[in-house]
Amino acid sequence: MSGHSSYVPSKGVMQWLDARLPLPRLFYDSFVAYPVPRNLNYAYTFGGILALFLGVQILTGIVLAMHYAANSAIAFDSVEKIMRDVNWGWLLRYMHANGASFFFIAVYVHIFRGLYYGSYKAPREVLWILGVIIFLLMMATAFMGYVLPWGQMSFWGATVITNFFTAFPLIGDPIHQLLLGGFAVDNATLNRFFSLHYLLPFMIAGVVILHVWALHVTGQTNPTGVEVKSSKDTVPFTPHATIKDGFAMVVFLALFAYMVFYLPNYLGHPDNYVEANPLKTPSHIVPEWYFLPFYAMLRAITFNIGPIDSKLGGVLVMFGSILVLFFLPWLDTSRIRSTAFRPMYKIFFWILVADCVFLGWLGSKPPEGVYPALALAGTIYYFGHFLIVLPVLGLVETPKRLPGSITEAVLARNGGGGTPAGAAAAPDTKG
Amino acid sequence: MSVHDTAEPNRRDFLYIATGAVGAVGAIAAVWPFIDQMNPDAATLALAEIDVDVSQVAEGQSITAKWRGKPVFIRQRTAKEVEEAKAVELGELKDPIARNANLAADAPATDVNRSAAAEGTDAAAKEQWLVMIGVCTHLGCIPLGQSGPYNGWFCPCHGSAYDTAGRIRQGPAPENMAIPPFKFTTDTNIRIG
Repeated sequence: MSGHSSYVPSKGVMQWLDARLPLPRLFYDSFVAYPVPRNLNYAYTFGGILALFLGVQILTGIVLAMHYAANSAIAFDSVEKIMRDVNWGWLLRYMHANGASFFFIAVYVHIFRGLYYGSYKAPREVLWILGVIIFLLMMATAFMGYVLPWGQMSFWGATVITNFFTAFPLIGDPIHQLLLGGFAVDNATLNRFFSLHYLLPFMIAGVVILHVWALHVTGQTNPTGVEVKSSKDTVPFTPHATIKDGFAMVVFLALFAYMVFYLPNYLGHPDNYVEANPLKTPSHIVPEWYFLPFYAMLRAITFNIGPIDSKLGGVLVMFGSILVLFFLPWLDTSRIRSTAFRPMYKIFFWILVADCVFLGWLGSKPPEGVYPALALAGTIYYFGHFLIVLPVLGLVETPKRLPGSITEAVLARNGGGGTPAGAAAAPDTKG
Repeated sequence: MSVHDTAEPNRRDFLYIATGAVGAVGAIAAVWPFIDQMNPDAATLALAEIDVDVSQVAEGQSITAKWRGKPVFIRQRTAKEVEEAKAVELGELKDPIARNANLAADAPATDVNRSAAAEGTDAAAKEQWLVMIGVCTHLGCIPLGQSGPYNGWFCPCHGSAYDTAGRIRQGPAPENMAIPPFKFTTDTNIRIG
């Protein structure tokens, strides 16, 4: 996007258009000629997969909205009608519901890839922050979408999440009523959630454009963390990245198809096939799997901390767990990007991954016995990683020697014979 | 500000300031309807009053009434439950305030203040009755009755435990469950709201 353009429009219509609205030029420069580091591995394909799944969700969502009724009296039945009567309705709904899960699988791989290769470090802070904003919008969209089928989990999930806001003193209750449009979750809530669930994906698409723009200004990171130094370090986006991204997409879509056709309800909850009942909370309510680590942190705070009561404390910790990501570029004091050259951080990185999985497991357990205490330990470690480990480690760790350039690293690995195309196709296996 | 380098303000300066001021005030005024439309409407706000017949509720039984879209637990507690609640020192309570809409905002959370006796009439006979909004003060789930470590209510969502007077004893909830405005209109009828 920056730098000069190598686009040469063919004669006739393309030249005419190029002089008036150079959209083909923008596309060519961004996705054909755009130089990408020659050593990108498969962890770098999840950005493209995420764009694909945003498309899948918008497309299936638009057609589902043609059959869904956002009214608390008939919403549940309209979803059953989609499942039983609407032509291919079962497929479209299963694609949409499982698509949300696969969207989150991809975004978590994408985020941890960013953490592993230091993708948030200068000069990519804005790129990273835009990504965190997309993540927040995704969470809001997924939450509101889950309310729409108006099952028991929909209703009680909505009740619990909107009650977060009552934790704040003074402004809490007015905000709570503003969000719900009443004193409890009801038809007014369902209606506005449907409206916003339809809006937010397009806001995500807008921020994605900014995210890609920022990416194309700074260029991609790569597994060595060494910046591109010459044209030898890069290959053109097409065909190298296009083929690699395309291959990863097809593999990911095959897994997606397996879930949609053979295990469509594996990631859901049977309780959501019971219509919402405002007078009965299911005996064990849990959010969708992708919110479980945050849910565990919310429940971990069962005690008052000075003037902050346990409820506000839990809510602050949960929001804080994402808020801390905004400050990540400045919390990490190490100047080395890639974890491959940070032997101590590599250990802490995998502990963090394990901690997040552990918290997710705890989030699925009932809040009894030893679980809240374990969740508290996991929560303290999560914040400790970002607020203590990262700043201190950058100062005390001795990194390994960095390669002089991407090309040097690739040639060393391939015994000196690597062609650019071959190098780009060889996944740089790390960790 | 001025395109001419004169001390006197000219017509363009006036238009600049006037347009900016009117435009800013107008924009702010136009935003309000877009926000306020989300608030509960008049039909939702209309203070609902419900009458509940409790003649069939024997000692140790409960019923749930729906008021303002929320469940209200009405329970005639057993003598043992009342004794258990009375035996608790105020200092042991996580929330020492009664949270009773029929009492002053700072009334202490004694068992009498939590029960229907606090509402005024015939104190001794009504202390068995507990009328409260059955919504966990943590994140709004409905607790399960006669369960949990204090034999009162237990919230399945995040593990808050309430005692037999609906007071928070353990878990993340910050307050005792709320007592709505209500009164016994006869010995067997409760009016909530």
